[in-house]
Amino acid sequence: MPDSLCFVSACGMLGYGYPPESLDRAMTRRPAMLGVDSGSTDSGPYYLGSGKSFVTPQQVIRDLEPALGAARLAGIPLVIGSAGGSGSRVHVAALTALLRQIAARRRLRLRLAVIHADVDRTVVLDAMRQGRVRPCGPVPPLDEPTVRASNRIVAQMGTGPIRRALREGADVVAAGRACDTAIFAALPIERGFDPGLALHAAKIAECGTLCATPGGANDALICTLAEEHFTVEPANPAKRCTPETVAAHSLYEQPDPNCFYEPEGKVDLSDCRFEQLDERTVKVSGSRLVPAAQATVKLEGTRLVGHRAIAVAGIRDPAAIAQLDELQQGVRRSVARSVEGTLREDEYRLRFLRYGLDGVLGRHETARDNRPHEVGLVIDAVAQTQELADYVLSLARSTALHQPFPGRKTTAGNLAFPFSPSDFQGGPLYEFAIYHLLELDDPDRLFPVTFEEVG
Amino acid sequence: MRLYELAEVIRSKNAGPFVLTIDLMFGDETALKRVLEAESFTSRQIAALYGVPAEATRICPFPRIHTIKVSLPRPGASSGSADDTDVYGSQHHFPLGNIAV
Repeated sequence: MPDSLCFVSACGMLGYGYPPESLDRAMTRRPAMLGVDSGSTDSGPYYLGSGKSFVTPQQVIRDLEPALGAARLAGIPLVIGSAGGSGSRVHVAALTALLRQIAARRRLRLRLAVIHADVDRTVVLDAMRQGRVRPCGPVPPLDEPTVRASNRIVAQMGTGPIRRALREGADVVAAGRACDTAIFAALPIERGFDPGLALHAAKIAECGTLCATPGGANDALICTLAEEHFTVEPANPAKRCTPETVAAHSLYEQPDPNCFYEPEGKVDLSDCRFEQLDERTVKVSGSRLVPAAQATVKLEGTRLVGHRAIAVAGIRDPAAIAQLDELQQGVRRSVARSVEGTLREDEYRLRFLRYGLDGVLGRHETARDNRPHEVGLVIDAVAQTQELADYVLSLARSTALHQPFPGRKTTAGNLAFPFSPSDFQGGPLYEFAIYHLLELDDPDRLFPVTFEEVG
Repeated sequence: MRLYELAEVIRSKNAGPFVLTIDLMFGDETALKRVLEAESFTSRQIAALYGVPAEATRICPFPRIHTIKVSLPRPGASSGSADDTDVYGSQHHFPLGNIAV
């Protein structure tokens, strides 16, 4: 085992951008690996459900091309996790297509490892029958109809499959859905570094310079692992890490700042020390891995709920704002009468988002009695098909415009529409139906690694 | 004083599509203690504000950086589902910010 190992995270999310000088500066440290996270569930279920990416191909190319060029020039592996955003087969295919395009343009030859993370419904159903699937957090227990209704299921791989790809000589790893930590911890663990330190360093690295000040995910971070500690340093000389900024990162998107869970086990941070090493570098020690007694992977699955159509309008009339509840009830009743015979009550949803009143918090808003001078209204209709959603919205929108209410003076129209057309199609609506842990004796078997010579 | 005024940072975010996590960062230990000892600051009362079960609501102090983390099930809907109003969970530090401490 070497004394130390340096790796670089190009930025917090492939496509969010990073200054090219930061990558150049990071590469002068002769890192052993360059990695970048490409995925998240933050932007909601639509992207896994639809197979689309939440960043555009142009954004990906802008970030990927210099990273791939730098990695090939240095002869080090480039590891991309949760390819294409949600990391399913179609997402991975979209990313590898861009990789091949860049390689051809730059005349690069490389050994590409592709790791898929899709999980067949039968695998989940079999595991459920054996009692090996359980909720991950406040999620209902999984049942068979939910699994059958899911249109796409992926599992988050740990370090195992990426280690295998690196062991077998991958120049570039395009991993499907992966734990953020797996991207960066795979190589250090493969080379014999402490897995607790490696996973903690990886956890910080996956967000780029979010652990620095000034923060933000869109810049490169340099991590160096040693036997009993690791260091983190932003590549950009205008940024610095402090013990406080690095410790604060342990809070980010995690329910518990003292530990986090990965397929490898629980990473315990309660004895962690953060020390200022030099002006811009922080040394971290004491992170410990408590290996899991039973290996699990996290499953993510989506199902199609229906289709959506929305209209946006403003209300400036004080009486309309005061009587908004009444107005909405009138619209609901009228729509229900109009769709009678076509749609049952449970076959469509009609929602009024009232910005200025309680659009964000809904019934949990405590200040909704303070009536403002203006309200932004989003009328949201969901039904099985786009055609039906459009129909419900059109009825609701036209009714809301002319709906009478007590004390009405604005008898020519209740709503100011900023746009013509007023109605917009939201397309298919998905929801997360599966967010569960799957117990496996050999979790790596779920993630097949294949190789391809590019160029 | 409202919690919102006392905190230097008060931010909310999803911790996965089903959990909301709210970070409250204070300038010093005194402010941190003031909140932790406030009668209004219990998991039961926070859960009631959001209409979620108290037993699923956790208060986790992180004194190293004068911070408290509050984690709770997402009120009402998972991220991006038909009934959701805040896909990233970024604006759900209220009504918590309103409580008097």
